[in-house]
Amino acid sequence: MTDNANTKTGAVLTKEAPPAADNDNSRGLGGRFADIVPRARRVAGNWPAPARPVIFGLNVVLGPLVALSDAFHDWWVRQGRAARWAVYGLLILFALVLPSDMIGNVMSPHTEWQTLLFFPIGGYILLAIGLNVVVGQAGLLDLGYVAFFAVGAYAMAIFGKYHGWNFWEILIVGVVISALSGIVLGAPTLRLRGDYLAIVTLGFGEIIRIAAQNWDYVNGPNGISGIPHPPNLSDWEIPEGQPWEFLGLAGMKPFTYGALDGRPYYYLMLAAIIASIIFCKRLENSRVGRSWAAIREDEDAAELMGVPTFRFKLGAFAIGAAIGGAAGVVYASQATSIIPNNFPFILSATILAAVVLGGSGNLPGVMVGAFLVAWLPEYFRGLAEYRILIFGLALVVMMALRPEGILPSRRRQAELAEGTGGMGALGAEVAGPGTQAATEGAK
Amino acid sequence: MLLEVKDIHVHYGNIAALKGVTVEVGEGEIVTLIGANGAGKTTTLKTISGLRPLTSGSIRFEGRDISRMPGHKRLLAGIGQAPEGRGIFPGMTVLENLYMGAYARKGNLDKDLEEVFELFPRLAERKDQPGGTMSGGEQQMLAIGRALMARPKVLLLDEPSMGLAPMLIQQIFKIIEEINRRGTTVLVVEQNAQQALQLAHRAYVLETGRVVKSAPARDLLDDPEVRAAYLGTGAGAAPKGAAQG
Repeated sequence: MTDNANTKTGAVLTKEAPPAADNDNSRGLGGRFADIVPRARRVAGNWPAPARPVIFGLNVVLGPLVALSDAFHDWWVRQGRAARWAVYGLLILFALVLPSDMIGNVMSPHTEWQTLLFFPIGGYILLAIGLNVVVGQAGLLDLGYVAFFAVGAYAMAIFGKYHGWNFWEILIVGVVISALSGIVLGAPTLRLRGDYLAIVTLGFGEIIRIAAQNWDYVNGPNGISGIPHPPNLSDWEIPEGQPWEFLGLAGMKPFTYGALDGRPYYYLMLAAIIASIIFCKRLENSRVGRSWAAIREDEDAAELMGVPTFRFKLGAFAIGAAIGGAAGVVYASQATSIIPNNFPFILSATILAAVVLGGSGNLPGVMVGAFLVAWLPEYFRGLAEYRILIFGLALVVMMALRPEGILPSRRRQAELAEGTGGMGALGAEVAGPGTQAATEGAK
Repeated sequence: MLLEVKDIHVHYGNIAALKGVTVEVGEGEIVTLIGANGAGKTTTLKTISGLRPLTSGSIRFEGRDISRMPGHKRLLAGIGQAPEGRGIFPGMTVLENLYMGAYARKGNLDKDLEEVFELFPRLAERKDQPGGTMSGGEQQMLAIGRALMARPKVLLLDEPSMGLAPMLIQQIFKIIEEINRRGTTVLVVEQNAQQALQLAHRAYVLETGRVVKSAPARDLLDDPEVRAAYLGTGAGAAPKGAAQG
């Protein structure tokens, strides 16, 4: 065992150190803060000497954030139903007033905040929730996720423009078609694993885009324009007066879908996001979720336990695709015009980055990741081309410091420590037992 | 015979891993497959448990042909396996791992849990610890315990001694004997021939995808060829399994 591996895994594997030293639940916030500097020193010690001051500094700067999020997590797991619902309620309320100009002025000095909230922010979050089912839960590396987004968007365009269906009908049909396309892609390819699966899915993403580009029925590269907006649900207007004026929401018609106001679409996206969260959370805590976890952690072992792995992988693909498709339908209904180049490979990569950055497998983490990935480049729009450079740098630094993501699930951390299993190692098969031989011998 | 593997051929792409392996396991027996790296031991087990498709030949279990049965259904038929490299679920706790073992079963699991904890008291102590943070020996115990949760008729063990200290190997092998005494048939694949031959009733020697010898385990311990090839320095030798992957 090399020195480096030893210090990384040793803390949890050897008997001398208490096994859960890093995740000690009994420590309060104070203890966590006191630990920031020693911890930063420990982490920095794993790096080559020239990098140590930088790593140390970054860890000290980011330490409080990590401590806060860990402390919140510990508080959260101790809470009962009532406190949790109160938090959910507050979060939804916050999401409802988010389009306020007050927040917008701070969050988005360069672009119109309300439109930004719908896409990319809302759109990325919904896509990340869907991709998280595939990558975070089932552990299947999908590099062509944008394909399902495209299928949903084109479903909206084709049925809305050519066949005159309304948005709500298409939402259902679009979701079904996307799920089916997930099955069609998955059935022949899900026998592959890891990197091989990633390459095939990457190909699928490109196939959809290039097919759309060459298909006259959807106008090739010119795409489809004049996609109808959703029908208005109601002309109800948020009344004048307080507190609406203070929030800058007075006079808005949240259920009237026009070309000018982005906010009603944001609420539509928000509804889709909330529905997806509830759906995914329920799945995660069910037998299906446990089967996915088993597949992600060790596919062969899962099969040996009697888990029909192929069927569950296909299911993950279909559900992920359905959510991606829903995002596509909603997106197209607002954009009114789509072209194949709206669905480039880089979008798949960005959403994957959001999932991994946020903390693959953990819904709040994934959403935070998607938000950052969508919002940071817009916030730094003033820096023109440099913003992408900064964005890339931020990703690299983040992954170097906290490879498990901003808000990882505890389970994911354990998987990463082990170095095996699904996305824990991004599909790479890293030898687990061999690295532990030395530890065992020392017993 | 409980399990009859007849002349199976298995390929990885164009490369033949098994070139006609025939193995029989009778009810109540402990049978071992020994052989060097790459002899096809693990592949044989994986083919029996359905993780690898076979090119030709047949596998019969309780008289039924299961050659084409998908892996997850073979567990229901009664084949349980503790996979190579332990294959525990690192992010799940010990208890969750054990419950995964009973994934395909319905009904009350308390009795089975109790039995596993009786065999491996260490697991009871570490019930709520994530599997991935346990030592190699504990993981091996967990892998075997998890396989037992499915109440298999035959238990397939892939290199239970791999990467373990000699003391622990002794302990694990004693427990395997105990499991067998309680009525579970065991097929164990081992590189540690010395230990395996002392444990098993019968043994098969595999070399480059073929069975080159099959005999009662005691006889093989005295067999000059086997002694030279697999027992090397003789009794008490340190296990050389750690490098196997």
